[in-house]
Amino acid sequence: MGKTIAQKIFKDHLRDTPSSDNVVLDLDVVMCHEITTPIAINDLVARGLDRVFDPVKIKAVIDHVTPSKDSKTATQAKILRDWAGRHKIKDFFDVGDNGVCHALFPEKGFIRPGYTVIMGDSHTCTHGAFGAFAAGVGTTDLEVGILKGVCSFRMPETLKITITGILPAGVYAKDVILYIIKQLTVNGATDKVMEFVGPLVAAMSMESRMTLCNMAIEAGGTCGICYPDRVTAEYLWPFIQHDYDSIDAAVVDFSKWHSDPDATYADEITIDVSNLAPQVTFGFKPDQVKDVMEMEGSPIDQIYMGSCTNGRIEDIREAARILKGKRIADTVRGILSPATPKIYSQAMDEGLIKIFMDAGFCVTNPTCGACLGMSTGVLAEGEVCASTTNRNFNGRMGKGGMVHLMSPLTAAAAAVAGYITDPRKYI
Amino acid sequence: MKTFGGPALILDRSDINTDEIIPAKYLTENSKEALKPYILEDLKLGSFDPKGEKLKNSRAIVTRANFGCGSSREHAVWVLEVNDINMVIAESFARIFRQNMFNCGMLALELPAQDIDTIINLGNDVEITVDTEQAKITATGDKAATFSFALNPFDRELILAGGWLEYADKKY
Repeated sequence: MGKTIAQKIFKDHLRDTPSSDNVVLDLDVVMCHEITTPIAINDLVARGLDRVFDPVKIKAVIDHVTPSKDSKTATQAKILRDWAGRHKIKDFFDVGDNGVCHALFPEKGFIRPGYTVIMGDSHTCTHGAFGAFAAGVGTTDLEVGILKGVCSFRMPETLKITITGILPAGVYAKDVILYIIKQLTVNGATDKVMEFVGPLVAAMSMESRMTLCNMAIEAGGTCGICYPDRVTAEYLWPFIQHDYDSIDAAVVDFSKWHSDPDATYADEITIDVSNLAPQVTFGFKPDQVKDVMEMEGSPIDQIYMGSCTNGRIEDIREAARILKGKRIADTVRGILSPATPKIYSQAMDEGLIKIFMDAGFCVTNPTCGACLGMSTGVLAEGEVCASTTNRNFNGRMGKGGMVHLMSPLTAAAAAVAGYITDPRKYI
Repeated sequence: MKTFGGPALILDRSDINTDEIIPAKYLTENSKEALKPYILEDLKLGSFDPKGEKLKNSRAIVTRANFGCGSSREHAVWVLEVNDINMVIAESFARIFRQNMFNCGMLALELPAQDIDTIINLGNDVEITVDTEQAKITATGDKAATFSFALNPFDRELILAGGWLEYADKKY
């Protein structure tokens, strides 16, 4: 019987089958940040188990609140920094080199097709864009991952999502995933892998695939996953050129991770994006999504561009198309947080940072920051943010604040207009 | 093994998320105990009062579908644990929250919607007792009702071991 990509990865990494419903997998990458890891570190120390299973397979970054904003966050950063130092974790990223984990780690080539990846962060599903099984976990799973290099999973089923059609101008991967979440609802993919396939996905850049996979968790999905192909191989080439004779050879090798034609799925849906409009959320759940035209004129106080969903170079480029030569409305404030130093630097080289600054945006250092209401743009009670992030829960960006999720282009249009509006009239 | 059961807090809504259970601004705490005062602080649900006596005296939560959706933060489980709430009964859970519960040696039990209805209709003061051996829950309010639940062998072992770390450290 044929296997899905997730089933192939599970078979390849199987350590144990503690029950007929559960498997324990060997891990290729265990990623750590300063919010969910320090309690794991403290607990390991208290138990006399302050060890790591493999200092090369563990990657760590300070990203959620950086540079530290107060004594508590400074302590969290210090716990992670000291631990990375004493266990000789080479791939540790601190102030100056740090960025949003799910943008930074792919950029460093850490994620490869067929890998198993965990992190104490729900948006770990982003890395499925590389044809890896990547899942967010809690601190105890992370702790066991650090110590033993294993993690348990319930055997997930796969939901096959075929995306067809050509994206209309002004419509992006973000709009596609918001529309998919609207169809599935916030728990429509719980305990399932969301396999994104079809001609549109094949034509997408790695950045767009990461945006797509990033929000799998918002439909409850364990992981989003795309087939690794030439786009994947070209992105990873600087890191894999010593492993393969050519990009062609890598593409052939990667194809072993594609699902078999006779694989079994829990469900299959097809989405045609040919007539899709830009999408915007309206409530406090990410499945509360409308066409932007239905949200025309909705008031906003702040625009936030950044995060593991949409803080990458192509996001900044698209937003800059609208912002170039314009000023944001007097009634709003704009914040751009490029997701990594490399993206920030590239945006400077391309003149994009100047476009944002001339438009009246504040440009912050790379950090998760305001996305989860930690720093650099927290909302006051009653304020509304047009945001390129991934979660619009009540109070997510600050107690009593409201978030409308949208693409970078739609956020840029909102910045210029001062309210939510159709971005297509600006392009 | 932890003790399970006691007076229940009914949260009659689906999709209660991790930000409602413990807001992100408290994730800068480095001890589980420090989270205690902030349980369910941002939950807006009828007359629910996060600082009230009802919550303070509760030892179990009964709720609807997709409880614990959103963030992977285990703080959402720890804040229950430090408030002596070791079990949640729901129609369904978000995957990470459910796994975090068992990883901490706590119970996340799923019952069909009609059983949750029955428990909610038992009145305001419902007492839950759990028999993990027989896989039965009894809810006692104005009347009493008993339900069977599924507990797979691995989840049962995690409960007995006290959590995933204890289990994994011995086995792997």
